[in-house]
Amino acid sequence: MPKLKLAIYWAAACGGCDVAILDLDEKILKVAEAADIVLWPIAMDYKYEDLTALPKDSIDVCLFNGAVRNSEQKELAHALRERSRVMVAFGSCACFGGIPGLANFTSREGVLERVYKTSPTTINKEGVLPQVESTVPEGTLTLPAFMNRVYTLNQVIDVDYYLPGCPPPADLIWAAVEAIVSGNLPPKGSVIAGTKSLCDTCHRVKEQKNLKGFVRPHQIIPDPEKCLLEQGLVCCGPATRDGCGHRCIKANMPCRGCFGPTGHIHDQGAKLVSALASILQATTEEEARQAAETIVDAAGTFYRFGLPDALLQRVKRREQA
Amino acid sequence: MTGSFEPKIVGILCNWCSYAGADLAGTSRLKYPANIHIVRVMCSGRVDPTFVLKAFELGADGVLVSGCRPGDCHYVDGNYKTMRRTPLLENLLSQMGVEPARFRQVWVSASQGEIFARIVEEMVKDLKEIGPYMRQGGEELA
Repeated sequence: MPKLKLAIYWAAACGGCDVAILDLDEKILKVAEAADIVLWPIAMDYKYEDLTALPKDSIDVCLFNGAVRNSEQKELAHALRERSRVMVAFGSCACFGGIPGLANFTSREGVLERVYKTSPTTINKEGVLPQVESTVPEGTLTLPAFMNRVYTLNQVIDVDYYLPGCPPPADLIWAAVEAIVSGNLPPKGSVIAGTKSLCDTCHRVKEQKNLKGFVRPHQIIPDPEKCLLEQGLVCCGPATRDGCGHRCIKANMPCRGCFGPTGHIHDQGAKLVSALASILQATTEEEARQAAETIVDAAGTFYRFGLPDALLQRVKRREQA
Repeated sequence: MTGSFEPKIVGILCNWCSYAGADLAGTSRLKYPANIHIVRVMCSGRVDPTFVLKAFELGADGVLVSGCRPGDCHYVDGNYKTMRRTPLLENLLSQMGVEPARFRQVWVSASQGEIFARIVEEMVKDLKEIGPYMRQGGEELA
């Protein structure tokens, strides 16, 4: 059997997804046995020309991590899609926008203003901002254009599978690798993770949920056996897909929602509004208002990993629209 | 905005009070703007916040959710669920760039046809001032 041709690419991401692949430990050798890596910029030396020289459909699987936030990433996403038979959105950023997606609360101008002008550690008296083209004595230099918004991978190109997580856990990566190597692939569009919600598989004791308001993780030391929601912490478990192995819950921290919504949920934020409101005991509008105010930054909490994928922000690709 | 803009409002009303209230406005021959498209549900407590977001996603300029007055719910406490959800949803919407005037949650009893008509009038007036709901994004992907 010829070896699989595997490409791993990163766009707007922190690099944690690439490290997660290395976290397969000794299994990484099995990956190397089964697959030839044709592109992996973080681990090996590749140039843009090495990719463009490849013919159409010559890559068997592309693991694409990171959201799309500038023109270079968009171009690379299209170039990889053209050359890959299977495209996997790898990690929460590629699947839903991830942490970089939170930039969608502001605009390109807002981001540049903060980063290059007003942040406390910046000294930029001339107010220099990055330019797509700048002329120097030696000629013209170009940079990729910074887009106004952050996009999920499937808003830019057609995606075959989704492997969520920040980062995806080793067992799911391995399950995906095995499925790919054996050719035993699930239907297109599948999310390689659980199908239930995180609460459904959570082992914490759940009794009575009756809250006046919520607290933040630094304000209490949570009981390690009891449901975190019952203790007043904003846990995204009710609206988040299972499959992460309860990494945060086991560390006594509430779920942040990095696996995205389960298949039946249209919008993770709306479902969390519904779930969290349902455990409040407010009986007047004033009490309800006060309880809501205890969640600082509601949208940022509920869409922590999925703002570009939220119903109110979701963008359809032209061929889907 | 120019006077020609006619906002589209999705009104989600509970069967027992608010829908009856809207009905009373009709049978009393009260005039109110035809911009509201009414969806009848059994209880305002049944209105998932997803419905509100979905309405905006599909092109509504405003969403009105109306239930029985607190204490009058046909299902005893269904509208309390609405009451607990509303401030949280309002916070979420305003952070997502949806102006406060675009989403209103009110209580209208079966005898308050007049109040219902006035609420719709107010909402249409406010929305005409702030203009259509515009979704952003996607222009860089072509």
